[in-house]
Amino acid sequence: MTNPVVSAKGLYKRFGEHVAVSGVDFDIPAGICFGILGPNGAGKTTLIRMLLGMAPLTSGEYTLFGESAGVAEQRQRVGVVPQMDNLDPDFSVSENLFVYASYFGLSRLQMQGKVNELLSFSELSGRSSSQVANLSGGMRRRLMIARALVNDPDVVVLDEPTTGLDPQARHIIWQRLRELKRSGKTLILTTHYMEEAEQLCDDIMILNQGRIIARGSPRILIGKHVEPEVVELRGEVSQPDVDALLGELNIDYEHVGDSWFCYLDDARPLLERCTGFPKLNFVHRPANLEDVFLKLTGRELSE
Amino acid sequence: MMQLSRMLAVWHRNFLVWRKLAAASMVGNFGDPFLYLLGLGYGLGMYIGEMSGIPYMAFLASGILCSSAMNTATFEATYSVFTRMTQQFTWEGMLATPLSIPDIVAGEMLWAGTKSLIAGTAIFIVAGLLGGIQSWDTAILALPVVLLTGLCFASLGLVVCMLSPSYDFFLYYFTLAVTPMFLFCGVFYPITTLPEPVQMFAQALPLTHAVDLIRPLLTELPLQAAWLHIGVLTAYSAGGYALAVRLARRRLLK
Repeated sequence: MTNPVVSAKGLYKRFGEHVAVSGVDFDIPAGICFGILGPNGAGKTTLIRMLLGMAPLTSGEYTLFGESAGVAEQRQRVGVVPQMDNLDPDFSVSENLFVYASYFGLSRLQMQGKVNELLSFSELSGRSSSQVANLSGGMRRRLMIARALVNDPDVVVLDEPTTGLDPQARHIIWQRLRELKRSGKTLILTTHYMEEAEQLCDDIMILNQGRIIARGSPRILIGKHVEPEVVELRGEVSQPDVDALLGELNIDYEHVGDSWFCYLDDARPLLERCTGFPKLNFVHRPANLEDVFLKLTGRELSE
Repeated sequence: MMQLSRMLAVWHRNFLVWRKLAAASMVGNFGDPFLYLLGLGYGLGMYIGEMSGIPYMAFLASGILCSSAMNTATFEATYSVFTRMTQQFTWEGMLATPLSIPDIVAGEMLWAGTKSLIAGTAIFIVAGLLGGIQSWDTAILALPVVLLTGLCFASLGLVVCMLSPSYDFFLYYFTLAVTPMFLFCGVFYPITTLPEPVQMFAQALPLTHAVDLIRPLLTELPLQAAWLHIGVLTAYSAGGYALAVRLARRRLLK
């Protein structure tokens, strides 16, 4: 077995009174897309910042490429797509890549071909001399991904890479990330989009309040934590109506706001009953990672 | 530990941005001292005649060279660095690469010093044209001192920048430190005219030492205790750098 790219043992991080990461253990093998999921404030970004040396550990062990994480030299082999847009507004698209490459000690001459390659990879070839301010949100995010690749990293860390993007822009980014994975890079991705995690990740760790509450492939997590079918109920109905509807069927459900999520192995009996309630809207669908996530982290806002 | 090539990458990034706006920047670099020296040097100089035994134009030109090094580096290390750090997140981007805080602080400091040198060179040329330079054989040595002065004030500005919660905070520093130095460190008149206790205080301030080095290099006044002045400016630079690195770590690596 090859050594993991990242390894955490008893990792702990405290900000004053607040415990952001509370004793987590995990390994990330090379060549996979590893997803870190969790609601806002779960500790996802803190895990990434500690890995990059941008936040000191409170206690525990955290290694990257087999050595204690946070050493400047390690970042020579890492690409980072941060959550916050920090493209350089004073430079054009291609200058952003050249200047960022210079932080890795790569000269303009060395980067000439590589920059063109990255611009075409991120579908920005036609915008090479555009100012960053004139790019759309999706283009900016693609440029940040291109920028994270200037040093041809072994590991690419992406902190919520598609937050705030429209569906088309997200699909382009997902496609690019799958390509990166095929090229052998290890991807570490934080997200709160379950769809994104299902689309991209081979292995997922769900965090809540700084602890790991589930770990596994999307399929295994769904199989383990929720029944295969979901019926969502909403409309002009109240809890007594739902109680009456579910009756003696003995169904596991979660109530969130104006909706009831019912988890079942076989939805047919419930669906038959639903047709008898004219004021009820219902949706029948297979269980997905979002159900796992909501079930494990609680349906109410955790903030 | 700071690494030279990494520090230069930060410096070079700032240089590339400056190059885009160099024309406008140079107009200010040449225009401002030209107006100061013309207005005060000639205008006021007519009434004053000589000061410390040299023409007022020469006295003032060397002073303005020092205060401009202070102002240029201070502005760059406070307002500009603060913008890069807290508004554009340029520092955050750099920290995701092999660059570390000591590299970035050193790169910013060297860049602010470089801007002082650029502005200082412009003043040097204007002063030369207006008759503000008396001894050409030593005058050129003033330029490295301008760079050192720039580095010194850059490091102090960076300390203030790392402590600053907002842009408004810089006003305290300008009002309580920069402006008093501008007025009491010998830019416009010799500090020997000040009451004794004020003189003592002025001797502790870096701008006094920059003036004491640069004025004799440009004029016929004798240069005294050069190593002391260089030592004070260097000590401020080194101390300021070390403190700025510490404060930047505390502020950014949480």
